[in-house]
Amino acid sequence: MSSLAHTARLAARTLEIAAAIAALAVGAARADGDSRSHGDTPAARKPPAEPSAELVQATPPPFSEGIFPCSQCHDGTGDPNPRELAFHDEIQARLTHGSPRHWCYHCHDLVDRDKVHVSSGELLPFTQSYLLCAQCHYDKYRDWQLGIHGKRVGMWDGAKTYHLCVNCHDPHAPRIERMEPMPPPTRPKETRR
Amino acid sequence: MSAPRRRLPVLDAAADVGCTRREFLRGTAALAATAAVAGCSPEELLGKHFQELSPDQLARRIRRIERDASRRYGRTVAVSTAPARPGVVFGYGLDLSRCAGCRRCVYACVEENNASRGNPAVQWIKVLELDKAHGVDLAHATPYYGGEPVPRPGHFYMPAACQQCRKPACVKVCPAGATWKEPDGIVVVDYDWCIGCRCCMAACPYGARRFNWAQPEVPPEALNPTMHYLGNRPRRKSTVEKCTFCIQRVRDGRYPACVEVCPRGARKFGNLLDPGSEIRQIMDRKRVFILKAELGTAPQFYYFYG
Repeated sequence: MSSLAHTARLAARTLEIAAAIAALAVGAARADGDSRSHGDTPAARKPPAEPSAELVQATPPPFSEGIFPCSQCHDGTGDPNPRELAFHDEIQARLTHGSPRHWCYHCHDLVDRDKVHVSSGELLPFTQSYLLCAQCHYDKYRDWQLGIHGKRVGMWDGAKTYHLCVNCHDPHAPRIERMEPMPPPTRPKETRR
Repeated sequence: MSAPRRRLPVLDAAADVGCTRREFLRGTAALAATAAVAGCSPEELLGKHFQELSPDQLARRIRRIERDASRRYGRTVAVSTAPARPGVVFGYGLDLSRCAGCRRCVYACVEENNASRGNPAVQWIKVLELDKAHGVDLAHATPYYGGEPVPRPGHFYMPAACQQCRKPACVKVCPAGATWKEPDGIVVVDYDWCIGCRCCMAACPYGARRFNWAQPEVPPEALNPTMHYLGNRPRRKSTVEKCTFCIQRVRDGRYPACVEVCPRGARKFGNLLDPGSEIRQIMDRKRVFILKAELGTAPQFYYFYG
């Protein structure tokens, strides 16, 4: 009788181990899939608005008043060489992003001025400029997609508004400026009695 | 041989044989007088604990609070009693490498939660300025910095409010049962039940609780009329209050006010039981720490370096 019980226990244990191995294999396969999707595959290039209908893009990219579309002045021809600019000189003056190696056409497209381009040559609208930023700042891009970097407002369990990189960072001078703090709290000894 | 039953001297023999009509009337008058002195209705004085109220009694109490607040501030207010949702435990993340110490969260919190402005000035969030050279060492922290743009070189900033501990010392010491931990992890205070003894303030290792030393001052035009019974409803003098993760917002699915106002995106919030939530992603991928971990209070508030 006891040997029968022992056999049954043994069988149950074997089944448990088999199940654990199967679970591990599934987990590994899933982890594999994850690492692939973090690579530079089309799946990873999707804007976050597509995988989840709950994400809503914030205000459009912050252009100066009346400056967009760029094609209202630029016809797609022009001098691609770095030089002192007569127009857009205020942008050139503050261009500290990767300076002095960066120049307008590293990001802006020479022919289609209403778009930016990534290193593959693919054109992107300004609303997807985060994919351009992600070429170098891929770690920030990953965190941003997960909601770790950047700011979201709305519902913690539902529709959220997300902000583009350029809603907070000036793409020409990305470091965020220091700001005035709001007033400090009252010290206990300053409290009126 | 059985010893006579001991009685406390304050309870005379008449107490347990019921009372006469005269005694009853005298008692009622005394109660009304006490209530008048205390500035509340007899119902408030004798009511049950919030967690023991029947739906009917709760509705009556809410109606009274709404009526009083609307009268006092000349505005229509709505007080919610939305309970914790099943399957939700709130967690908060704060990115120390992003926070610039601008204190926007402090003032957004005051406005959202109808905290007293002027005197007393009640602020639930305290932003600490720390030395980079000393790291997270509260002996080198000050909340009184100012006068120049932030972040100041050589410093970093650590906002601290209620840490919503899993083992809250404040709840343990409260002699009145006026503060407790809700199923979604929020430690709440019933302002009508608080006796103002401030034991909880002494017990809290994070200095997160605030006391209304005087009648709170909230300008009627600045009142936030969307309220929760356990959150931002108007408080009296001598009550303790604290951060509730904006209970009136988060039980409605919204982010807390401090999360939405932060200009650096340093504040993160979500459901700890949802593996896809922002707070869980942070805990899975970043190194997080809790404040004063050695005390065993097990906060639900996590600091991290993003």
